[in-house]
Amino acid sequence: MNFPILSSITLLPILGAVFILIFNNKKSESKNAIYVSLFTSTVNLFLAIFLWNVFDLSSAEFQFVEEKNWINGYIKFKFGIDGISILFIVLTAFITPICIISCINSVKKRLKEFLIAILILESFMIGVFCSLDLVIFYLFFEAGLIPMFLIIGIWGGPKRVYAAFKFFLFTLLGSVLMLVAIISIYWITGTTDVTQILEIKIPAEFQYILWLAFFSSFAVKMPMWPVHTWLPDAHVEAPTAGSVILAAILLKMAGYGFLRFSIGMFPIASEYFTPLIFTLSIIAIIYTSLVALVQEDMKKLIAYSSVAHMGFVTLGIFTFTKQGIEGSIFQMLSHGLISAALFLCVGVLYDRTQSRLISSYGGIVNILPKYSLVFAIFMLGALGLPGTSGFVGEILILLGAFQKSFLVAIIASIGIILGAAYMLWLYKRVIFGKLEKKELTKLKDLNLSEGLILFLLAGLTLFFGFYPNLILDTIHVSVDKLINDYQMNLILNTIK
Amino acid sequence: MENINFFLPEIFLTLAILATLMIGVFFKNSYNLVTKIIYGILVALILIILNSYNESFKLFSDSFISNSFTNFFKILILTGTFFVLIITQNFIKDKKINNFEYPLVLLLSVLGMFIMISANDLILFYLGLELQSLALYILASLDRDNLKSNESGLKYFILSALASGLLLYGCSLLYGFSGSTNFEIIGLKANTENLGSIFAMVFILVGLAFKVSAVPFHMWTPDVYEGSPSSVTSFFAVVPKVAGIAVFIRYMQIPFGQLVDHWQTILIFISLASMILGAVAAIGQTNIKRLIAYSSIGHIGYALAGISTNTASGYSSSIVYISIYVVMNLGIFACIFLMKRDGKYCENINDLSGISKHHPILSISLLIILFSLAGVPPLAGFFAKFYIFMSVIENGMYTLAIIGLLSTVISAFYYLRIIKIIYFDDANKQFDQIKNLGISTTLLLSSLILVTFFAYPSFLNSIVKTLIIN
Repeated sequence: MNFPILSSITLLPILGAVFILIFNNKKSESKNAIYVSLFTSTVNLFLAIFLWNVFDLSSAEFQFVEEKNWINGYIKFKFGIDGISILFIVLTAFITPICIISCINSVKKRLKEFLIAILILESFMIGVFCSLDLVIFYLFFEAGLIPMFLIIGIWGGPKRVYAAFKFFLFTLLGSVLMLVAIISIYWITGTTDVTQILEIKIPAEFQYILWLAFFSSFAVKMPMWPVHTWLPDAHVEAPTAGSVILAAILLKMAGYGFLRFSIGMFPIASEYFTPLIFTLSIIAIIYTSLVALVQEDMKKLIAYSSVAHMGFVTLGIFTFTKQGIEGSIFQMLSHGLISAALFLCVGVLYDRTQSRLISSYGGIVNILPKYSLVFAIFMLGALGLPGTSGFVGEILILLGAFQKSFLVAIIASIGIILGAAYMLWLYKRVIFGKLEKKELTKLKDLNLSEGLILFLLAGLTLFFGFYPNLILDTIHVSVDKLINDYQMNLILNTIK
Repeated sequence: MENINFFLPEIFLTLAILATLMIGVFFKNSYNLVTKIIYGILVALILIILNSYNESFKLFSDSFISNSFTNFFKILILTGTFFVLIITQNFIKDKKINNFEYPLVLLLSVLGMFIMISANDLILFYLGLELQSLALYILASLDRDNLKSNESGLKYFILSALASGLLLYGCSLLYGFSGSTNFEIIGLKANTENLGSIFAMVFILVGLAFKVSAVPFHMWTPDVYEGSPSSVTSFFAVVPKVAGIAVFIRYMQIPFGQLVDHWQTILIFISLASMILGAVAAIGQTNIKRLIAYSSIGHIGYALAGISTNTASGYSSSIVYISIYVVMNLGIFACIFLMKRDGKYCENINDLSGISKHHPILSISLLIILFSLAGVPPLAGFFAKFYIFMSVIENGMYTLAIIGLLSTVISAFYYLRIIKIIYFDDANKQFDQIKNLGISTTLLLSSLILVTFFAYPSFLNSIVKTLIIN
């Protein structure tokens, strides 16, 4: 197939954004913008699903590869996907229209600009998952900062400036070291093409320092303890749609980066630094869960729970077992659905009462039954109840962890109990109890668009809980190849 | 005498300046007329240079050189001057300093730069440098009735004269120890065993660093940028820097070719210091011209980092950097000339507060230019830095690369602060509507170049790669 489908998926949202920017009609400006952006993002979703459909599950090679000369003599523009990246593309394409629908109600000012920012962000995010060249990857990885900075800063809450700056500078600081590493790789291997670097194999003596440089970027983005502090601020201040994108997709870029680059290109260093990752992940799981327990702001609580869940992801990736890595990928996707949904749930309440404090609610099950039902499903998904997608990821990660280290797995399991504690307690305080506050009695239950989104997400959470094979089948072959290459590299190194 | 063709741009420019001067004197209120003629002169000059772009020649017993390298820089200077004249037209008229001398003195300094770039001989070089500097002193104090403008002109004159003196002393030492004023002969004789030539090199580097305002010889920059009329500042920030970088490259390559080990350390220090100071000192600024002054110090640091590698890829990355720098600075000055409220031009950063509400196009262009200055991909500013660090890391200068990139993070902070003021803060009073085709075209062009650069990023490289330096 010669049609450049990956470039089209990447470019389409930007085209939509340009269209909104150029053709505007003063009268029905925001309406037009909504229609155009919804249209482009839905088309993109169908394209992504189509891509998933025609994707060859039995091949571990990169598919739909596009190659063009970009910087003459130095760098080629290379796109391509394998079983891991296709799922993230579908996730991105799926979350964006949901964000667009959700912001129709919640974004009160400058809706047109907001939609343009979201569409441009979608393009950059898809670009990250498509790129097979380090420089191109870096380009998209960093470019995403611009629209996200604006989304937090323009449409955010009262402390938005602080949050936006912290988000931007933290991420940029981590990433510039990655840029140094990327350029060094170019001069060591003579290329930045990922597929070629995987074959060439970087000499062991360089791997450690390069791994650390990549780690500095991914650890900030993931975020891992102790550089996670930007995330709660960013989440709390960002508008609902911004939080959703941040939690559902931006955080996944780092996990994807670990899988694609750190493990693949620096196997020896990855093995060497595994204890470091395990320690940081364990601290993240236990510490942030405890912090989440004492939060008074719902968004902050969910933000901290995200850090804990991402701790599971890094733990799973660095077990280097099939179960662990597949579990991590599954956990990322399921967290993409569940955390997005949880932020939307908070957004629903926030739109009605302008408060995110847990203490300003209580007993709303009496007046918002539908809302309470979907919230329950997501809450149970977040704590990993069997039957929801959250369970599959966590059980696989723990299976992998037990093979690697008994102690680590035990401590991580305690984290699951803590997760259940803060989630159930949150639910109890917000939904159950007596309806004592008078202003709450006037609340209306979910309207059509909110109900549509939330029930769709709830359905998917349950669907993947019962039928995880749809995702696992897609990644089996690619993960096998990843682990095989990794072990081959280690064996070769010991022979040397 | 056929070779005189290669000297044609300079002859044409000199005659054109003299002729236009006459026109200016004999017609009343001749600013408009003179400016129009000068646009014509600039375009004609570009055409003349393009005509013999690729031919290299030496004239006047090897004291004057003309090749693709000098021609590239001359075209860059002419384009920069052209756009500076376009964007400053409104401002000059509003400030009532629209004398016909202004564009003519600009041209005189351009002539000085031409000679400076093409000089292959110390004496000719110094003549060009002084012609350029004298014109710049006049320009800095162009707003005669303004105390600050006078002050900045005087300050610039005194400090610059000092730097020229040091440079001249270096030149005389160089002549004394090598027995010639010709660059190539000096290049043969000035080696590491020739201690006097190392001293001379240091003195000349001081003078050059002063002209491009690199740390630690940058002190004049913020004051002069703030004090001179914005129209002149926009010229200061763009054109002399280009000429300075060209001269730097020529000096490092030809007369000091054998002294690499010595000047490399100095240049690395200068470039590191400029990057760090440019990043840190700009944070506290409230006047946008002072801020641009510090940011330009930082940018010169990056351009010098490319030169300090002393490789072909390093030199070409510096040239690419300075070209993109010209585009970005023209854009940001076009924005400054649109900041007019109640008939007065604003210079305070806080005046930009909340303008995104009333001026969506101005603010989105500023957004693009500022993110590009900060070096965030996918804008052109990122590629400029990327090429620099490609060649820096190629030569194993990791400390320079890491400190340089960390200082981009610091400098990102103050660019973000302006964006914050534009987009996040509450709206201020509207700016006056300025309908000026020149300014809006420049702004549009510069943001368009910055945004679309990533589609074909080796465009500039492929041009620069063909340049022959000696």
